[in-house]
Amino acid sequence: MNLDIRLPIGAMFSLIGAILAISGFLTNSNTEMYRPSLGINVNLWWGLVLFLFGAVMLAFALRAKRIAAKDLANTPKPSHTSVR
Amino acid sequence: MPSSIHLSIVDYSILFLYVAFVIGIGFALKRYMKTSADFFMSGRSIPAWVTGLAFLSANLGALELVGMAASGAKYGIATAHFYWVGAIPAMIFLAVFMMPFYYGSKARSVPEYLKLRFDERIRCFNSLSFAVMTVFASGISMNALAKLLHQLLGWNYDASLWICSIIVLAYVLKGGLTSAIYTEVLQFFMIVLGFAPVVYLGLKDVGGWKSLTQTLSEVATHPAKLELTTKTFAPDAWTSAWTPLLGGASHNPMGVDIFAMVFGLGFVLSFGYWCTNFLVVQRAMAAKNMTAARRTPLIAAVPKMFFPILVILPGMIAAGLAYKGQDGYRLPPSRVTSAAYEEAIPAVQRAAAQQLDDATATQNVSKALRMKVSPEKIGAIVKDVRSKTISEEDLKTKLQAAVSETDYDGVILSLVQKYCPSGLLGLALTALLASFMSGMAGNVTAFNTVWTYDLYQAYLAPNKSDAHYMGMGRIITVIGILLSIACAYFASHYNNAMDIIQLVFGFVNAPLFATFVLGMFWKRTTAHGAFFGLLGGTASSALFHATTLAAGNAPGIKGGYLAVLWVLPSEMAQNFWLASFAFAVCFTLTLCITLVTKRTKSDSELQGLVYSLTPKLKDEESAWFTRPAFLGILLLICCVVLNFLFW
Repeated sequence: MNLDIRLPIGAMFSLIGAILAISGFLTNSNTEMYRPSLGINVNLWWGLVLFLFGAVMLAFALRAKRIAAKDLANTPKPSHTSVR
Repeated sequence: MPSSIHLSIVDYSILFLYVAFVIGIGFALKRYMKTSADFFMSGRSIPAWVTGLAFLSANLGALELVGMAASGAKYGIATAHFYWVGAIPAMIFLAVFMMPFYYGSKARSVPEYLKLRFDERIRCFNSLSFAVMTVFASGISMNALAKLLHQLLGWNYDASLWICSIIVLAYVLKGGLTSAIYTEVLQFFMIVLGFAPVVYLGLKDVGGWKSLTQTLSEVATHPAKLELTTKTFAPDAWTSAWTPLLGGASHNPMGVDIFAMVFGLGFVLSFGYWCTNFLVVQRAMAAKNMTAARRTPLIAAVPKMFFPILVILPGMIAAGLAYKGQDGYRLPPSRVTSAAYEEAIPAVQRAAAQQLDDATATQNVSKALRMKVSPEKIGAIVKDVRSKTISEEDLKTKLQAAVSETDYDGVILSLVQKYCPSGLLGLALTALLASFMSGMAGNVTAFNTVWTYDLYQAYLAPNKSDAHYMGMGRIITVIGILLSIACAYFASHYNNAMDIIQLVFGFVNAPLFATFVLGMFWKRTTAHGAFFGLLGGTASSALFHATTLAAGNAPGIKGGYLAVLWVLPSEMAQNFWLASFAFAVCFTLTLCITLVTKRTKSDSELQGLVYSLTPKLKDEESAWFTRPAFLGILLLICCVVLNFLFW
């Protein structure tokens, strides 16, 4: 089993999304800054989208991890029988 | 430098986050790298959606991204043929027909498959040319990256080149192919999520799709206004994919006829690239089982089909904006290098001192810059210099503004600069940086595998321990990166030599698919036939290039240096016809030589390598709608529908 790639993807995009959204929130009153983006506060909105995407990825990764842990717990370990 | 970008702390934090994560992934994967198979082939353990996205990303290098936007501006929607004609069918063919041989034969690389199917000679030829090609490809891309960072952000060229390379080295060295694949997946999402808002804002700004097509129909009838070309076309030339093509080479801005497009690009070049290039095939070979390996290209085909929205549409938007002159937007002019300034400034000063008229001054300055310039603006600059009211910095800025030649490769960045406030800007630039770096990682991982398995193990040091090859893999990764850096410097100093080298690789690649298709589907094909057929095909493409020329080009590096027997309407047409010709020669030669030589491999030796001798894969255990053949047909139908929608 390799590292689940959804973990770093989820972590990275939720972090980037959070940074973008927060900076967008803090600069919300700065109309000059958002003139290039047609008056839309893209940092805030797109930051939220990225955060959501990252969170979904993370949720999938954590769910897969839980299921794998459960499977491992349910299957009797062969080492136990051989030791006794 | 004029029009440099200033990055804020938010932009930098996004950039550093990305870098930290790719290096972190490398270190996290380190403990899984136990054998050389883990390092070079990811231990064949990766799920299909991951290899699928990596498969797509490995092809979607930054140069492709930049080039497709450029073509979108130059040729409009017909650029999508590189996706719908030049990629999807070949990807489906790879999944349905070829992957069983690559994955099932237990070959570890494409050259190794050639060895199993034919003999050592063709493997040696293929692996050598591939190894050199990947190093050059990654060098060219890193040079472009460092140049971009230098021009855009004012970073030092050498520092940019070395730092980016060392980052790539760090994670490839730790995590091998898995690192490269994982960062490619990361890059895929970066590109999609980084550029989508730019495309959205651009489309909104230009007034929506309807308004864009309307403007582009005016562009088609007056392309000279954007300095695109001196010809004029029917109104639908930029907005229809097939109608202009069916009208013949003179009716579309690409200057390509339907045969060259469908056979040259859609069959020869496309199948040759997608089905035989180890860089992409390696991703599918890393999948965890045969089903996943066959699904890899199919999964990649889905986003590939819709990528034109992300990479071609921006170019079309830029052309529309520039035509309308909205907010003073113009297509980005070619950049004046510092070396060119050093020649151009004295030329301006001389013109001022000698009281030359505007026309002569323009001519001299244009010659010094090696670019077209606007006579009015040069006249104004000369006047300023004569009255000594201009500083050297101002002079440089004004010279840059006087350039009337378009740098189409700058189109995508000009949109990023236009629409992105600080924050989003960091995201878009990181996406671009990501695709440059993962391009290097992809090439280096393909290079170290081919070197270690097909050259080192095969010829230099056979029968060593697995740990030995693993060590070699790490050493050659470092060497591969160093060679790429050397190539990057070479590319930055000898642009023309680089063009020649890429040309030579074009000659080698053009006929390759003929060898594969005959080898895989005709058990009689002999090693002699394949080897000499491929050599003949390569020679014939060189010969074709030496005797044909695209209209408007001077004989020389662009072809026609032996004689000009055929003038083609455009370089693209020349390229497509060259591929078709080389394929035909290689196919015929291989066929004829095969018929007069004895078979060297028996039926049993060819089992699993040739279609007719391989037991049909049993994928009955999976539901019929998940089988590759069904998915392939479904994708093909989608692709055809897309073509009709934009007919």
